[in-house]
Amino acid sequence: MPDIALTGPRGPKPKKRFSRANIFLYGTLIMVSMYYLLPLYVMIVTSLKGMPEIRLGNVFGPPLEVTFEPWVKAWSEACTGLDCTGLSKGFWNSVQILIPSVTLSIAIASLNGYALSHWKFKGSEVFFTILILGAFIPYQTMLYPIVIMLREIGLMGDLWGLVLVHTVFGMPILTLLFRNYFASIPEELFKAARVDGAGFWRIYFQIMLPMALPIFVVAIILQVTGIWNDFLFGVIYTKPATYPMTVQLNNIVNSVQGIKEYNVNMAATLLTGLVPLVIYFASGKLFVRGIAAGAVKG
Amino acid sequence: MAVVEDGTLNSAKGAKRPIRLFRNPMAKIASIPMILTAMVVFVGGTVWTIVHSFTGSRLLPKLNWVGFDQYERLWDTPRWLISISNLALYGICSLILTLTIGFILAALLDRKIRFESAFRTIFLYPFALSFVVTGLAWQWILNPDFGLQSLVQGWGWESFQFDPLNNPDIVMFGLLIAGIWQGSGLIMCIMLAGLRGIDEDIWKAARVDGIGTVKTYVRIIIPMMRPVFITSLVLIASGIIKLYDLVVAQTNGGPGISSEVPAKYVINYMFQAQNLGQGFAASTMMLCSVIIILIPWAYLEFGGRKNA
Repeated sequence: MPDIALTGPRGPKPKKRFSRANIFLYGTLIMVSMYYLLPLYVMIVTSLKGMPEIRLGNVFGPPLEVTFEPWVKAWSEACTGLDCTGLSKGFWNSVQILIPSVTLSIAIASLNGYALSHWKFKGSEVFFTILILGAFIPYQTMLYPIVIMLREIGLMGDLWGLVLVHTVFGMPILTLLFRNYFASIPEELFKAARVDGAGFWRIYFQIMLPMALPIFVVAIILQVTGIWNDFLFGVIYTKPATYPMTVQLNNIVNSVQGIKEYNVNMAATLLTGLVPLVIYFASGKLFVRGIAAGAVKG
Repeated sequence: MAVVEDGTLNSAKGAKRPIRLFRNPMAKIASIPMILTAMVVFVGGTVWTIVHSFTGSRLLPKLNWVGFDQYERLWDTPRWLISISNLALYGICSLILTLTIGFILAALLDRKIRFESAFRTIFLYPFALSFVVTGLAWQWILNPDFGLQSLVQGWGWESFQFDPLNNPDIVMFGLLIAGIWQGSGLIMCIMLAGLRGIDEDIWKAARVDGIGTVKTYVRIIIPMMRPVFITSLVLIASGIIKLYDLVVAQTNGGPGISSEVPAKYVINYMFQAQNLGQGFAASTMMLCSVIIILIPWAYLEFGGRKNA
């Protein structure tokens, strides 16, 4: 994996400000930017229009009369089947899934990384290799065995079952992230702590944890966006009452009953995308570091 | 060093390690979740699925052997064949387009331009969004009555037809537009990092030799970035096989079964059609395709390094 250290540009230097090449360069970039920005723009304007306006115009026109009603409706009244409680239920389900999943997966993976870098035992590298290879196995191969396992421990359909699934599938990439980070901490520091009589847990909590804060932030960004955006595990391992936001969104928008309210649909879509978008715009370079590390997960 | 108790220097290279189960008990206890995940879920789950793909399991998994029946039925099912050819079409187009767009954008951003970070932010933000959000947004833009088609028709080009979500022949391209929108920013970022890793002296040398910019990219820079391209390739390929949420949100396999994909086939057979055996066989086929992709990559990546 190349290290994404986005330092200064290295390409050849353009000469004049308004040369033909420069106009072409910026022209292309602006055109491409429009393709990338278009869906966000369309979602925002659609969610601010009333239905009569949508029926008359096309999706690209700005709203003539701005209304926030679709947002309110998407949050608290939109229907999935006969249940009309809006997306808010899915939002709170997602929050309830997100917090324990992120905490548990990062706690376990950081311990794994720590054990794998400073407390290697016989076979630890073998388990690690299997774990990393496991990240490439299509989820479909493991879906049903996990259903059986969750049923055995009585967590099928439960939020905690989904938390376990997220912990398991987040483990390869997070373990890799933490292992590489802890391996870069000087061995001497670890040895000195050992000589002073500190054990496995004490070194972890008093030396490694405080030094690893940046990588924890990267891991949190990676997991929050990944788990929030998950659809597959949510649809399989939960039941309608505990559906996460993405699943509920899909059920609302693609529901076949009733009249299609495009503005409500787009407001709901934006609401679901809001959490990862805020994280993305707030975290900047850390997000890039996270995805560079998480790139293996695809 | 003699002061240090037994079993503390095992991480030091070359230290002799006596095999004892109870050395570093805490490290082993802390690793139990990892060992369970690797051995029980990943290895155990995969083997379980492969074994059960040779059974006639329907509603519940059973061990009544049927040999390769499930696989024969799988390759006789039109829906599976459509899924495979859809994935192949989507995969090839997505691979070529994502690599090309990713590289060109990265190269443009590397030309010492102003507002580089603003452009980078714009190209990458879709990657933060889920496939469900992506699919629904593009479903709306491609809506024939209000979206792109009606806009162009409104400009006076009355006969303009672009309705991928209702036209079985081009529905995969509708998905492709959305998929590339979501994923190309990541590849751009990786390529940009690769370009930044190339020594500036290369550019100077090329200029001294009078080689044009485009030619320098094609002849010198791209061959130098081979590892970056291979990483991108593996990333895109492993993402393509997982293609599921986007299809469910944007087309739900329609119109008819014209945009079905293997991952959706597996889940439909396992959890809706109550035909577990078929689902297991189909997911084993997916695993095989991953292995076929991974082996050459592992060979290139790790085999090549040994020779170097």
